[in-house]
Amino acid sequence: MKKISLSSILSQLLLLFFVIVWIIPTFGLFISSLRDKDLLAISGWWTALTTTEINEIYRMSGMESQIEEDGYFKIKGTLFEENSGKKIESFGINSKKINEFKIGDIAIFKDESEVILDEDGNYEWRSKSEFQKKKGKRLFTTSLSPPSFTFENYREVLFKEGIGRAFVNTMAVALPSTLIPLIICSFFAYSLTWMRFYGRDTLLAIIIASLVVPLQMSLIPILTIYNDFGALFGVAAKSYPGVWMAHTGFGLASTTFLLRNFLKSLPNEMMEAAKVDGASHYDIFLRIIIPLSIPAFASIFILQFLWCWNDLLVGLVFLDQVPSEIILTAKLKELLGSRGENWEILTTGAFVSMTVPLFIFFALQRYFIRGLVAGSVKG
Amino acid sequence: MTILNLLFIVFLGILFFIAYFHISNYLLDTYGGKSVKRYNFENSIRVIVFIAPAFIVLFVFILYPVFETVRLSFYDKFGREFVGLYNYKWAVNDPEFRRSILNNLVWLLVVPTLSTFFGLVIANLADRIWWGSIAKSIIFMPMAISFVGAGVIWKFIYEYRGPDNTQIGLLNAIIVSLGYEPQAWLTIPIWNNFFLMAIMIWIQTGLALVIFSAALRSIPKEMLEAARIDGASELKIFFSIIIPYLEQTILVIWTLITIIVLRIFDIIFAMTNGEWQTGVLANLMYDWMFRGGGDSGRGSVLAIVIMIGVIPILAWNLYKHRQEQKI
Repeated sequence: MKKISLSSILSQLLLLFFVIVWIIPTFGLFISSLRDKDLLAISGWWTALTTTEINEIYRMSGMESQIEEDGYFKIKGTLFEENSGKKIESFGINSKKINEFKIGDIAIFKDESEVILDEDGNYEWRSKSEFQKKKGKRLFTTSLSPPSFTFENYREVLFKEGIGRAFVNTMAVALPSTLIPLIICSFFAYSLTWMRFYGRDTLLAIIIASLVVPLQMSLIPILTIYNDFGALFGVAAKSYPGVWMAHTGFGLASTTFLLRNFLKSLPNEMMEAAKVDGASHYDIFLRIIIPLSIPAFASIFILQFLWCWNDLLVGLVFLDQVPSEIILTAKLKELLGSRGENWEILTTGAFVSMTVPLFIFFALQRYFIRGLVAGSVKG
Repeated sequence: MTILNLLFIVFLGILFFIAYFHISNYLLDTYGGKSVKRYNFENSIRVIVFIAPAFIVLFVFILYPVFETVRLSFYDKFGREFVGLYNYKWAVNDPEFRRSILNNLVWLLVVPTLSTFFGLVIANLADRIWWGSIAKSIIFMPMAISFVGAGVIWKFIYEYRGPDNTQIGLLNAIIVSLGYEPQAWLTIPIWNNFFLMAIMIWIQTGLALVIFSAALRSIPKEMLEAARIDGASELKIFFSIIIPYLEQTILVIWTLITIIVLRIFDIIFAMTNGEWQTGVLANLMYDWMFRGGGDSGRGSVLAIVIMIGVIPILAWNLYKHRQEQKI
C-alpha cells in the first residue's frame, strides 16, 4: 500500500514539473505585457510583485519657468509622472556620485544654485541670480518603485504601433480563408461520397496524395500566376482574394478528407429514402447533410481558422507588407526586427495576437481536440 | 483600404461562393426535368456543379504547381532558359544548402522523437491523476499559439544582457543566480539549434498528448489491473503493455509531427532568420525566392528537396487508402 502512494506522489510531482515548465513561458509574457515599460526593461518579470530599485536621470525645467520669491529665483516642478508611485531613496547631481544626497539634503551645484527634493520627486531649484539657461540641470535619482500594473502597453500597441489594424487584417484574411474552403469542400466531399461519376476513385487518391504536399511546392508557381494575372488585368498582384484562394488551396485536401470521412459514416438509407421521395442532391445537402454535419463543421472550422490566423508564410508571400494588408504574425516579426529591445511592445503585441486563438482554445477545446484526433494531416 | 471597404470585400467574397452553389442548383432544380432520361443528364451536370470550384482550386493551387515546380527546377532564375541539372549541381555544392539539410535532419530526428516521448509520458501521468485534465489543457495550450507568437515568448526567455546588467531573460537569470556567466543563447552555433527546437517541442508535445490521451482509453482496463495485481510496477506496465499497445498511434503521431517539422519556417525566420548557422531548407528557399529579385530555379530545387522528404509518407498513405478500398 505504501509503495503505491509513493509512486502516486512521484507521478504527481513529475506532472506538476511538466505543467510548470509548460506554463511559465506564456505566463511570463502575460505578466510582462501588463508591467510598466521602464520596469520591464530593467527587471525580470518574476520580480513584478516586489519593489524594484531604479536609477534614472531627469532634467529639471529651464529658465522659462522660473519665478521670483523670497529674494530667490526659483524653478519648481516634479520629476515623475503623476501617480507613478515611485519613492526616491537618494539622489545626485553628478553622474559619478549618483547617491550623494539623501532626501532633505540641500545639493549645491557649481554655480551655487541649490536644489531640494522630496521623496515624491517634487523639486525646488533656487538661485540668488537669475537662471540663464534654456535647459535645466540633470538630477540622478535612485528610487523604489512599488509593483504596478497597467494597460498602457495595450493602448500603445493597439493604436500607435499598428497592431490594432493588423488584427483587423488578420481577421479579414482568416475568416474567408476558413469559410470558402468549408463551403466548396462540403459540396466536394458530398459528391465524392454520395454521387457516382467516372474518375471518382482517382480524384480521391489525388486528394489523399495532396494531404502531405508541402505548401512550399506551390509558392513560386502561384506567385508567378498572380503576377501575370495582375499585369494582365492591371490590378495588384497581392490582394486579399489572392490570399483567401491560396489558403483555400492549401487547406482543400485536409478539409475534404476530414469531411468525407465524416460523411461516409452517415447512414446510406437516409439518402436513399430522401431520393425516393424526389429530393434532389441539393435538397439532401441542405436539409439532411448540413444539420447533421454541424459538429464536424465546427471542428474543421476551428482547425482551419487557427491555421490561417497563425500562418506567417502565406501572408508574407501573397500580401504586401503595408499597414492596410500586413497580418499580425508578419507585424510581430517586423517588430522583432525593428523594436527588438522594446519588450513592452513585443510582449503586448504577441499577447494581442494570441487572444483569438486562446479564446477559441478555452471556449471550444472539445471541437478543437476532436478535429485534431480525427487526423489533421496538413501539408 | 479602409476597414469598411475591407469588411465589404470579405462579405462579398464569401457571398460569391454561396451564391454560386445556390443559384446553379436552384436553376437545375427548377428547369431540370422529372423524366428518367433528363434526370440522368441533370445529374451529370449537377456533379460538375458540385465538383468544379474545388477541382479548379485543387488544380491551380496544388496539381499544376507541383509539375511547374519540377519544371522550373531545370530552368534558369527567370524560368526562361533550360539549364539541365545546373541548379541541382549548385545545391549540392552550396555550403548553405548542406548546412540547411543537416539542420533539417537534426530537427527531424530530435523534435518528433522528444515531442512524442513527452506526449506519451504526460498522457500516461495525467490519466491517473485527478487534476490530470487541467494539466493536459495547460500543456496543450501552446498548440493554439502561432509559431511567431511562440517565438516572441521564447525570445524573451533567451534574452541576453551584458554581465554587468540585471538579466531580464529567465534562462540567463537562472544561470547567473547559479554563479555562471550569462550567454547570448541564440548566437552560439550548433547549440542554438537546440534552443530553437525546444520551442517546437514545447508546441508539438500538446498534439501528441491529446492523441495519446484518446488512444489510452482504448487499452482494456482488465489488462492493466491484472498486471497490477500480479505486482508489476507502473514503469514496467508502461514499457511492457502501454508502449506495445500504442505502437500504431506512436507511429501516426511521429509521422504527423515529422511532416510539420519538415516545413518548419516561422520559428527560425522570426528568431534568428537563419543566422548563426540555424538555417533550414524552408528558410533558404524563402531567401532564394526573394534574394536579388528571386531565383525560381534554385527556389524550386529547395522545394523539391522538402517534397522528397514526404514522398515515403505519401506512398504509405496511398497504400493504406488502397487497402481500405479493397475492404
